[in-house]
Amino acid sequence: MKRVLFFISVISIALWLPASAAQHDEYPVASPPFSEGIFPCSSCHAGLELNTKKRELKDEHTSIRLHHAEKERWCLDCHNGPDRDKLKLADGEIIDFTESYRLCGQCHGNIYRDWRAGIHGKRVGFFKGGKRTYFLCVNCHNPHDPKFKPLKPEPPPIRPERQYGK
Amino acid sequence: MGALAGLSLGSLSCTRAGMEEFLQKHFREMSEDEKKAVIRRLEAKYLKKYGKKVRISTQQAEAGVLWGYGLDLSRCIGCRRCVYACVNENNQSRVNPQLQWIRVIRLKKGSLINLENAEHYYNPETVPEPGFMYMPVQCQQCENPPCVRVCPVKATWKEPDGIVVVDYNWCIGCRYCMAACPYKGRVFNWAEPNLPAAELNTEVHYLGNRPRMKNVVEKCTFCIQRVRQGRYPACVEICPTGTRKFGNLLDPNSEIRYLIENKRVFRLKEDFNTDPKFYYFFSA
Repeated sequence: MKRVLFFISVISIALWLPASAAQHDEYPVASPPFSEGIFPCSSCHAGLELNTKKRELKDEHTSIRLHHAEKERWCLDCHNGPDRDKLKLADGEIIDFTESYRLCGQCHGNIYRDWRAGIHGKRVGFFKGGKRTYFLCVNCHNPHDPKFKPLKPEPPPIRPERQYGK
Repeated sequence: MGALAGLSLGSLSCTRAGMEEFLQKHFREMSEDEKKAVIRRLEAKYLKKYGKKVRISTQQAEAGVLWGYGLDLSRCIGCRRCVYACVNENNQSRVNPQLQWIRVIRLKKGSLINLENAEHYYNPETVPEPGFMYMPVQCQQCENPPCVRVCPVKATWKEPDGIVVVDYNWCIGCRYCMAACPYKGRVFNWAEPNLPAAELNTEVHYLGNRPRMKNVVEKCTFCIQRVRQGRYPACVEICPTGTRKFGNLLDPNSEIRYLIENKRVFRLKEDFNTDPKFYYFFSA
């Protein structure tokens, strides 16, 4: 009887594993752009008591200015409190930083749809016969302040009348 | 006839390589052996000139492939990163003459079709500027290319994968193609190209980014040396806003097909019936 139960459990786990992996597509994403030495977060947070009170951070992470619906949310709406090396979806699912596009996609559904099709964002490398890398949302947008910042343009072309040292 | 050939030969160096270069066939009429001989000669020439080993590919088009390009006008900020990534990748002359295959034009918002008021020398502190939008223009790789039709010596043609290419050794520099192109997609080496050896990209294609000579026309080839190996063009990879998209128009699952089917798309000067494979679109 025990053996039958064991087999049933083994089979059900075997069936469940690929099913859960297929729940969402996986993408060959770039590595998240962590500030140097900041990850894993648990190297500091593991010894700290979890404080779920929404507050302004005075001692650490002072360089982060949340400008992304800051009235409605704060750190622990996206960062997972108990295990700080993970992110948290609105439904409570815990995900890795490499899957952060799912977190962004909760609100930005149309952009997420375009990103999965390769229309929003950037893919580099080989589109065929080699390794292709998909940029994560956070590789281009600072998640705490996502609006794209103006850039200095590269120089304009030389006017024809200025070429050849005229 | 002999005298005529003698006259022209006088302007070339009277070496064996110079002779071979003069007598070289049109690229599409060469046998595999003749191509190999030409590649060997060119590689030796480039090694001597630039002191670097250049690998020249003659990789052919794959069947079932027609390249298409997408450019998202909702996202382009006019930063010109693409212009210089292209120059570095494709070995253009840097100065005197300064040749660029991408021209980013600035248009007033609300007047997108008014190309007469386009400005491509804009140079503000930062981009994007309020009230303007930006539109990079390069060779549109027309399916019905007027530049090909006017070439008196068939030095430019459309490859089976849709890329319009130039055989620089066959070009006579008449510039009819430049006059025929409604997109200003072609540029001319008015003087000996000025390409510093340190900046030479050694991964080249015979019909693409191999170093050019004086008096020939050149143009965007969708980075033929990269895309035939399955890599994205240089301008696609550099773009900081993900404006540029590339793929196979014959593959229903490609990025380019998705944007054509799902976004608002237009092609530049469609009314000329040039049938460009360069799709401008609006993602937002």
